[in-house]
Amino acid sequence: MKKSSNRILSTFESFCYRFRYVFAVLFLVLTFAVPFMGLSMVNIQLLTLIALYAMLGMGLNVLIGYTGLVSLGHAGFYAIGAYTCALLMTKLSVNFWIALLLAGVFTAFIGFLLGLPSLRLSGSYLSIVTLGFCEVVNMILKQWESVTNGNYGVRGIPKPTVFGFQLTMFNGWLLVLILLLMGITGVACLAMRNSNTGRAWRAIKDDELAAGMMGINTSRYKILSFVVSAFITGIAGGFYCVTRDYIEPNNFVFNTSILILSVVIVGGLGTIRGMIFGAALLQLFPQWFRFLNEWRFVVYGLLLVLMMLFRPQGALGWRSTQPYHLSKYARKMLADKGEPEAPQPPARQ
Amino acid sequence: MAYALVAVGYSLVFGILRLINFAHGSIFAFGSYMVFLFYSLGVPMIPAILIALVLSGLLAFGMDKITLEPLRKKNSETITYLITTVGVSFIIQNTLSVQYVFTSERQVFPSTNVFPPISIGNVTIQSSQLIMFVVALILLVILTLVVNKTKMGLAMRATEQNSKAAKLMGVNVNRVIAFTFFMGGASAAIAGALYSGYYQVVYPTMGYLIGLKAFAAAVVGGIGILYGSVVGGLVVGIGECLAAQYIGSNVRDPMAFVILIVILIIKPNGLFGKKGITKV
Repeated sequence: MKKSSNRILSTFESFCYRFRYVFAVLFLVLTFAVPFMGLSMVNIQLLTLIALYAMLGMGLNVLIGYTGLVSLGHAGFYAIGAYTCALLMTKLSVNFWIALLLAGVFTAFIGFLLGLPSLRLSGSYLSIVTLGFCEVVNMILKQWESVTNGNYGVRGIPKPTVFGFQLTMFNGWLLVLILLLMGITGVACLAMRNSNTGRAWRAIKDDELAAGMMGINTSRYKILSFVVSAFITGIAGGFYCVTRDYIEPNNFVFNTSILILSVVIVGGLGTIRGMIFGAALLQLFPQWFRFLNEWRFVVYGLLLVLMMLFRPQGALGWRSTQPYHLSKYARKMLADKGEPEAPQPPARQ
Repeated sequence: MAYALVAVGYSLVFGILRLINFAHGSIFAFGSYMVFLFYSLGVPMIPAILIALVLSGLLAFGMDKITLEPLRKKNSETITYLITTVGVSFIIQNTLSVQYVFTSERQVFPSTNVFPPISIGNVTIQSSQLIMFVVALILLVILTLVVNKTKMGLAMRATEQNSKAAKLMGVNVNRVIAFTFFMGGASAAIAGALYSGYYQVVYPTMGYLIGLKAFAAAVVGGIGILYGSVVGGLVVGIGECLAAQYIGSNVRDPMAFVILIVILIIKPNGLFGKKGITKV
């Protein structure tokens, strides 16, 4: 039973791998077709949220799934991204695209700062610091009234434009934007995962001591993982602020961090497909079970518990059985070092 | 002092499992609700608290038995435990806010001001504060005695040091952990009752913020060390009051986390923490 299901998965994966360009083109076509599909407003909003949370999940996944550092404070990065972008646009009237990029860069810088204590702390203690970080960010947003407007939040955020054409929720082009961002992030994550950096990260996750002994600069890679994760989350935050007219500190609380974490865990740790699935499941769930009224979130909790009991690796988290593909660059590097063609291990991970 | 009471519960569970129990805050709220329920049914205050204590203990015990024990059998990763406790916390908190069982609105809780307030100079101490303080101390002494003097306590400490070795020595590790959860839950119920008695409200999400802050307090004091969490609770409580006084009342809530981050960076294991905790 188990064998046969493995074979199906394996066939499925090699199928996906062989036709990956076809899928990419299909995804692009579908994405650009969105505004002409005549989706209702509710569905557009739902799809936007799913894509947004998939992207947030990918950001956190870099940290948890690849490097094995558990962060409970991603809402903090998310908030910094959203506020940076919103404030740049409203106060300094910076162009959206530049603001989005700056939001990512600034969040990455904060990620660098938060990454520093990660060298001293391990395991649960690191999670606790990130949790505290999220609360502190929230406090600053509420306190620093001259800049962030405190509890009232930032209002009147303009919509992004492309050559004078406005992207809004109503014409569906914001959905196109987030789908594109999500696609780029996904591809970038996969590329990173199979690069030198990604291998170093996964080595740290498996055994930090051994990774250090193999000559991996673990401190550098841990901080780098924080920076990349914060960058992705910051961009997602920057996008979030333009989907709404205003943002307030209460959009970014501990529960948001937990939701992002749940996306990563429920979908499947360390995978990209899992992020999309997890985001879809966790966003659709409260919609489908609307008839349960107040019991809805009880069932939501049950879902999390049952998931952990019966499928702790996540819905789509299975071990890949594909042969490991070394990138051309890595092969060239090995060849330059005078080593013979790298032995191809039968399975990766 | 309320933080200290809740922090003790976190500390107990973390000490043994190295697990952040996110459901602790909801159990705290649950305990408070149970006291409220039985009190409004006409049960006097002290028996009501005792019933709530047992019920909350059983709730925590059941949570461990049903959700966490199977995970331990499968040797799951820490993060699965974490998500499980979050899920349980969702279940408890939202069951409390379901309309037909309770309501999500704030309700008035009977005051625990049994004695008239005591005045020393121009400082007035409410008796509910005094009771909270005394009960926290008594609870701490009892828990310390249980951990240090009884056979169960010995088993708890053995499990903490090395659960595999403890199992080989004939300790029923699962029972020990379940018992720890029971104690944690019971202490949360006491904390909930006293907290509600002081502020005179109950509401389903009351455990959320205090849970996080008490957790910070437990870590500040060195998690896993019982007297550490009391000191941590005091540090956080006093820090909050000072911050509210001198910086602004808005700083009050996150102050716990500022203290937490500063202390963790200076002393990664907390004020009284043991060295060498590397389990993830």
